Amino acid sequence: MHAMVEVRGVVNRFGAQVVHDGLDMVAYDGEVFGIVGGSGSGKSVLLRTILGLQRPQAGEVKLEGRDITHLSWDELRTAKAGYGVTFQQGALYSSLTVLQNIQLPMIEHLALPPDALDALARLKLHIVGLPADAAGKFPSQLSGGMVKRAALARALSLDPRLLFLDEPTAGLDPISAAAFDELVMALQKDLALTVVMITHDLDTIFRTCNRVGVIVDRHMVSGTVEEIVDHPHPWIREYFHGERALRFGGRHGT
Amino acid sequence: MHLSAEHVDGRLTLRLLGDWRARELSAIRSELAALPLERVREIAIDAGGAARLDLSGAWLLREFLDGVAAAGGRRVSFIGEAPAQLALIERTRVEEAAARDAKEKHKEEDSPVEVVGRTAVGQWRGLREGLDFLGRVTLQAGRAGTSLRRLRVTSVARHVYDTGITAIPIVSLIAFLISVIIAYMSAQQLRNFGAEVYVVDLVTVGVLRELGVLLTAIIVAGRSGSAFAAEIGAMKLNEEVDALTATGVEPVEVLVLPRILGLMIALPLLTVIADGVGLAGGALLCKWLLDMPIIQYFTRVEDAISATTFWAGLVKAPVFAVLIATAGTFRGLQVRGSSRELGRLTTVAVVQAIFLVILADALFAMLFMEIDF
Repeated sequence: MHAMVEVRGVVNRFGAQVVHDGLDMVAYDGEVFGIVGGSGSGKSVLLRTILGLQRPQAGEVKLEGRDITHLSWDELRTAKAGYGVTFQQGALYSSLTVLQNIQLPMIEHLALPPDALDALARLKLHIVGLPADAAGKFPSQLSGGMVKRAALARALSLDPRLLFLDEPTAGLDPISAAAFDELVMALQKDLALTVVMITHDLDTIFRTCNRVGVIVDRHMVSGTVEEIVDHPHPWIREYFHGERALRFGGRHGT
Repeated sequence: MHLSAEHVDGRLTLRLLGDWRARELSAIRSELAALPLERVREIAIDAGGAARLDLSGAWLLREFLDGVAAAGGRRVSFIGEAPAQLALIERTRVEEAAARDAKEKHKEEDSPVEVVGRTAVGQWRGLREGLDFLGRVTLQAGRAGTSLRRLRVTSVARHVYDTGITAIPIVSLIAFLISVIIAYMSAQQLRNFGAEVYVVDLVTVGVLRELGVLLTAIIVAGRSGSAFAAEIGAMKLNEEVDALTATGVEPVEVLVLPRILGLMIALPLLTVIADGVGLAGGALLCKWLLDMPIIQYFTRVEDAISATTFWAGLVKAPVFAVLIATAGTFRGLQVRGSSRELGRLTTVAVVQAIFLVILADALFAMLFMEIDF
């Protein structure tokens, strides 16, 4: 098992506010890694740092073994074609149809004729479980669940081996959320993906994640789900064993 | 290299190699196209070994196989197992064909009558929407008149600042340049008749009655009309307008009225500044160009204007302000769906505001002539 994502000693600071102070994180090939943390603990900042949208003040970020904090513009562009991302609100391009949204990364990175683009995009639409007639719709015409799926299809448009999901099930009803989790799991298996997801959803964590990293006190505590559930840190205890979590009763041995 | 081909007795063995991944698609495509297939009767594909297929790569393989099948006469088999992704692609195709059939049944040509009808209905709806908006603004304005809190003084002040104070530099500069242009052009022409002194009349009357207010309104339409439309449009996209309505706050009252009132205050003030700067510009140019002492210029100005000249310009400013602010806020509230729509309606807002301002100016010109103002 080699590391697909490796974060070492990352420091992120905004003015006087230190968000990460020497944070380490590793996600291995073929696993689903969940990032958990309180609001404002810097989950999104960490994701932005990994994606190369933001340069950390110190430390290194390796994607498939390559440090992305010191790449030229061209190299970074290639590195970015190697992963797929879905953002919290979907971030679909509102003036493009769903099909065009999926095609945009392909047009930018692959030299393919239009009929091939169409066929490939429809294939992606299909594997995320969207009906064929969604292709011509605009994002504003989609339901919340469909937006998430369309965003996933776009993230998969270049067949990345690495997939980042920012709160994939936020805003979905429990049944849609479960269906989305199933979809992510199935795709992860079929396409041999490594998935790194930020999530607050305990259900999602227990259903999908192999390992979990919790951001507490500007560092990350990570391990298998079982290890993290039994971690002594007060925030983690509250998260997994607090009143809220107890409603999931017994599932993870309180 | 993504392929190794072995041709023995009409049997072609294709071994897939390396990365059959999205990034390599166009290279693989040309390699497949270059395969010599003329005397081949049988194709055996080995996908098991070294190749790493992703979904795009599998799709390309499928496309190649389809091409072979369409040409006919060749048998295709897999050595070992066919890639699992192929089955997934097959399922997509079946569904897609069904969807396409359903779509084609739906598609019918629009007849000309239909187009005319649709356009007419669209126009009628647009007009009604506009009237509805005007009605709501009037209603809210009536209500706002009754209480100071409804008038949103803070908000109005902010818009006076944004649309007025911050526009002073550009408005002054343009007023100055315009009066320079008029003075310069008219001086050249009037010199032929030895009537250079009338340059002053042209600058004064031109700037005070028409150009001062008109150009200020056009600049403000470009600056603030677009800002209104974009600001409200972005709020609309972000569901902030719905949030206001759901809180029981009327969007027209908090978003539209303060902007209209603010601009009604700012635009006349800007016009006064433009007038002043315009006259000053005229004075400077007359001094340089015609060697006319400043004192004489202002004496001439007093002779040139009547009691109403200044007011004939200024009275138009609040009217222009209402037109600009209404066009901007109305178009902003019409934004729905996409960022392109936001851009389109912002453009419409500015174009319409400028058109309405010029139209109104023409009407004012006719009116003033009739009543001898």
